[in-house]
Amino acid sequence: MRSSTVIRHVREGGKNVARNGWMSFASMSSIAISLFILGVFMLLALNVNKLANQLESQVQIRVYMQVGADQAKIQEVERSIKRIPEVKVVKFVSKEEGLNQLRKSMGEEGKAALDGYTNENNPLPDAFEIEVFEPQKISFVAKKVNAINELDSSKPIMSVKYGQGTVEKLFTITNAVRNIGLFIVAGLAIMAMFLISTTIKMTIIARRREISIMKMVGATNGFIRWPFFIEGALIGIGGSAITVAILLYSYSKLITTAKYDIGLFTIELATMKDVGWILTGSILVIGVLLGIWGSTVSVRKYLKV
Amino acid sequence: MIEMHDVWKTYADGTVALQAVNVVIDRNEFVYVVGPSGAGKSTFMKLIYREEVPTKGQLSVNGFNIGKLKQRKIPYVRRNIGVIFQDYRLLPKLSAFENIAFAMEVIESPRRLIKRRTMEVLDLVGLKHKAASLPAQLSGGEQQRVAIARAIVNNPAVIVADEPTGNLDPETSSGIMKLLEEINFRGTTIVMATHNKEIVNSLRKRVLAIENGLIVRDQQRGEYGYEV
Repeated sequence: MRSSTVIRHVREGGKNVARNGWMSFASMSSIAISLFILGVFMLLALNVNKLANQLESQVQIRVYMQVGADQAKIQEVERSIKRIPEVKVVKFVSKEEGLNQLRKSMGEEGKAALDGYTNENNPLPDAFEIEVFEPQKISFVAKKVNAINELDSSKPIMSVKYGQGTVEKLFTITNAVRNIGLFIVAGLAIMAMFLISTTIKMTIIARRREISIMKMVGATNGFIRWPFFIEGALIGIGGSAITVAILLYSYSKLITTAKYDIGLFTIELATMKDVGWILTGSILVIGVLLGIWGSTVSVRKYLKV
Repeated sequence: MIEMHDVWKTYADGTVALQAVNVVIDRNEFVYVVGPSGAGKSTFMKLIYREEVPTKGQLSVNGFNIGKLKQRKIPYVRRNIGVIFQDYRLLPKLSAFENIAFAMEVIESPRRLIKRRTMEVLDLVGLKHKAASLPAQLSGGEQQRVAIARAIVNNPAVIVADEPTGNLDPETSSGIMKLLEEINFRGTTIVMATHNKEIVNSLRKRVLAIENGLIVRDQQRGEYGYEV
């Protein structure tokens, strides 16, 4: 293709958007509206995902040592735990710290119950808090820690706890929420595709005559298709840019108001940094692809003259 | 230039539009195609610019075997054929100049040449001063002139005109005919389907009369009419 032809196609594609003002506007709006709904759900899904991650990351394993285990044994167990590749952080919690934590967490009511216990007669065992890289592997890691105990003849570990049962339930819920979110987003994307293709088809049916004249004067199919291709891409860019602008602006507003007004909740919204690029990128890409796809598919129908 | 040997055309619904047509049209001829509505005139024209394909027989235009033409090659054959319709078929959102230039853009002519040549043909059809007008701002005769300019801008060997004066008053029609005659004089073959008796009888040319899909008369400097 000659470079002047390329320029011509781009120029024509741009001009066509302007010439078919209302039809372009209709296509752009239909892209913008569909993508807006999609974007809202994407934001929702991203936030739910973040919440799920937050909940999951709070999951940890507690390893209680036998009361009276000696220092050397404790260090040996710590080294063994650290050797497990899935383990991210191992934190030693001495029985003194354990007692303090217990006092804090029980507050006023616990005062009486815990009264009289000092560092000398501390009934608590020394312990480890283990964080893992992938929360979903927590029971697997717990089993490995148990295995350390089994291999040691002195059985230095009293018990391994990670909220058995509760944690599994949490994972079932977070996984379900993620899958539902993905399902809804995918469904909306397909719906948007149909809506947009119908609108674009209408704009092209209106230009059947134009295509037949192009064929009559000897235009090749490729030559006819290119300006439509560019027109579709431009409409896609226009529609998705509007959507992205509205979504990002309203979301930034939402984040700031959420901070001040409902700051009481511990739920933290995903930040602009978390959602900005993924939202902009995916909506622009989907918008452009939809625009191009819609126009080329519809043109193909009228090229067989 | 155009050769038809035993050409038949049957449409999908069973209508036989043309039967056993044998015609040879030479370079630089001017041929009228006459006949009642539904006789097969339009099919005859459509076969020439490959809007339709013959069901049977040999058809060549400009040396191309139209019946066996590959889909991919069709545009290149059409570039050598200028087509003019009764309803002009201009792009409504393009100016007269742009409508004509469009036919040159399609064959990827250099821009400078497009500008020069488009103005040249606009001048030839007498509409240089209306270059920037949209079709809606032009009269029927002027629109047909723009369509003729578009048809000749790429110097085709053949012009196929399907009732070019069908929507025009007698005076405008004779202007269009003068223009076509001038184009023919410059060396372009013209095949023109028409219902216009006055034109055929005053501007005497070869006449092909078609009736019920058959060529019933082929006469040099013939008169209008299709009854045998």
